Amino acid sequence: MIDTQSVRRDFPVLEREIRGNRVVYLDSASSSQKPEPVIRAMDDAYHCYYANVHRGVYQMAEETTAAFEAARHKVARFIGASSPSELVFVRNATEAINLVAYSWGRANLRAGDVVVLTHMEHHANVVPWQMLAAERGVEIRWISLTPDYRLDVSDLEQLLDGARLLGVTAMSNVLGTINDLRPLVDAAHAHDALVLVDACQYVPHLATDVAEWDADFVAFSAHKMLGPSGIGALWARESILEAMPPFLGGGEMIRDVRLDGFTTNDLPWKFEAGTPAIVEAIGWGAAVDYLNRLGMVNVREHEERLTRYALDSLTNRFPDLRIYGPRDVSIRGGAISFLFDNIHAHDISQVLDDHGVCVRAGHHCAKPLMRQLGIAATSRASFYVYNTEAEIDALVEALALAEEFFRI
Amino acid sequence: MSSNLEDLYREVILDHYRSPRNRGELPVPPAYKSEGFNPLCGDEVSVYLDADPESRTVRDIKIQGQGCSISQASTSMMSAAVKGQTFEEARRLIRAFKALMSIHETRLEGEGDGSDLAADLEGVRLGDLEALQGVVKFPVRIKCATLAWNTLQQGLDEIETGE
Repeated sequence: MIDTQSVRRDFPVLEREIRGNRVVYLDSASSSQKPEPVIRAMDDAYHCYYANVHRGVYQMAEETTAAFEAARHKVARFIGASSPSELVFVRNATEAINLVAYSWGRANLRAGDVVVLTHMEHHANVVPWQMLAAERGVEIRWISLTPDYRLDVSDLEQLLDGARLLGVTAMSNVLGTINDLRPLVDAAHAHDALVLVDACQYVPHLATDVAEWDADFVAFSAHKMLGPSGIGALWARESILEAMPPFLGGGEMIRDVRLDGFTTNDLPWKFEAGTPAIVEAIGWGAAVDYLNRLGMVNVREHEERLTRYALDSLTNRFPDLRIYGPRDVSIRGGAISFLFDNIHAHDISQVLDDHGVCVRAGHHCAKPLMRQLGIAATSRASFYVYNTEAEIDALVEALALAEEFFRI
Repeated sequence: MSSNLEDLYREVILDHYRSPRNRGELPVPPAYKSEGFNPLCGDEVSVYLDADPESRTVRDIKIQGQGCSISQASTSMMSAAVKGQTFEEARRLIRAFKALMSIHETRLEGEGDGSDLAADLEGVRLGDLEALQGVVKFPVRIKCATLAWNTLQQGLDEIETGE
């Protein structure tokens, strides 16, 4: 059980007032707030020992390198990786997926090869593959949705026929749907296809075990899980990373450079060209420590309770409100997309903002999904460790005012 | 509702939002269709222009698409303002409206110190459109307000270069 009041004391920004109202931050699916221990770890790095990593032989460089690599260990352990050498630091999850598309994709995919994606993917797991499709003549096939906002796997076998890769989100950032990955991974592997999991929305909210998923690539980022922006990670099986050509060339990723060529560094540095986001990595490690102290089982339990409360409150108060996503909280996370008939999400969000309630409005970087749903935009409220039932009440009250104002 | 928000959602804006003018389509050709997208929110607008090449006049205009109240109202007001106007008058309106939204594309070296605004607005009657001035205080929404205007401008450009 999470003691929300004590958690909230770690997030000074939540004390802020907007136009006389205490801020109600319901946009953690977009980016989470950061607790004091994360901010302090980053401040300490700059105040006390900062230097570049893997370079100098002086004490501060060694301290920074140790803190940076300790963070990699923490993040790797947090997702059940068997070795930190499988965890490549990148800029964000988008870059992680692009790394796979550029390095693995361009080395392995030829005209006529098939990449299978789903209708609920974020643009980050769509556009890199469309770029590859345009360049190489790769065919993209789509897993569609059932009426209750889950993946329709009825024709999975046909879709996977000839597939080299399945790209799938662990949790939809729009619908909240948690996908049952293991059967998808097993089916893909039976067709000799690799599986890339976009775990951005999953890792911050549920205990993650990449070994249990049996996936081949997993992309996620720090900023949605209490850590800083500017850093994310690609986890992949060591044998796959070993076989892949490097992505960006430069310092750090080499073992040797001569006038006539280069050899690559060991994993994971083979894929980490240039000075990395050093202090961001250290902050990410502190975020992992924070979540481990709370316990991911407790985090999930807290969010399930909030999500159930929010779904019940919204449906009871607004019978006409359309909610896009499963009603069963056991198969969904705490991102709730909704829409009133004839009221645009922007207008709703503008009125909510007037009351200090922060929600996301728009297509949530999932335009193919929005087109499937036949809408342009939704409002989305999303929850995390610091949110409370009282904040959901504030959302409902502000929504009632917005609905009344814009009713035609 | 704060005064801040009342500034944004003026009554005349809500009126255009609730009863948008010039909704519909025109047969293409002879009419010209241009499409605009707001990548921020996914809103889309189609502007149908029936242009008279002789007098270089917008004989008729129809609007299709979806959007928030600000974009719907701005689109509706735009259609009412340019219907029957010459291309030159329509372009002056576009410039004046963008100036109202603090966008001065014609003078890149300008500092936007107000003299640009005065020059762009000189001799232009904005009428109802002035109600949209409150949008400037909400920078994210400026794109909503200007979507239809950019789409109109694109349509006029394409008609004129096509001739």
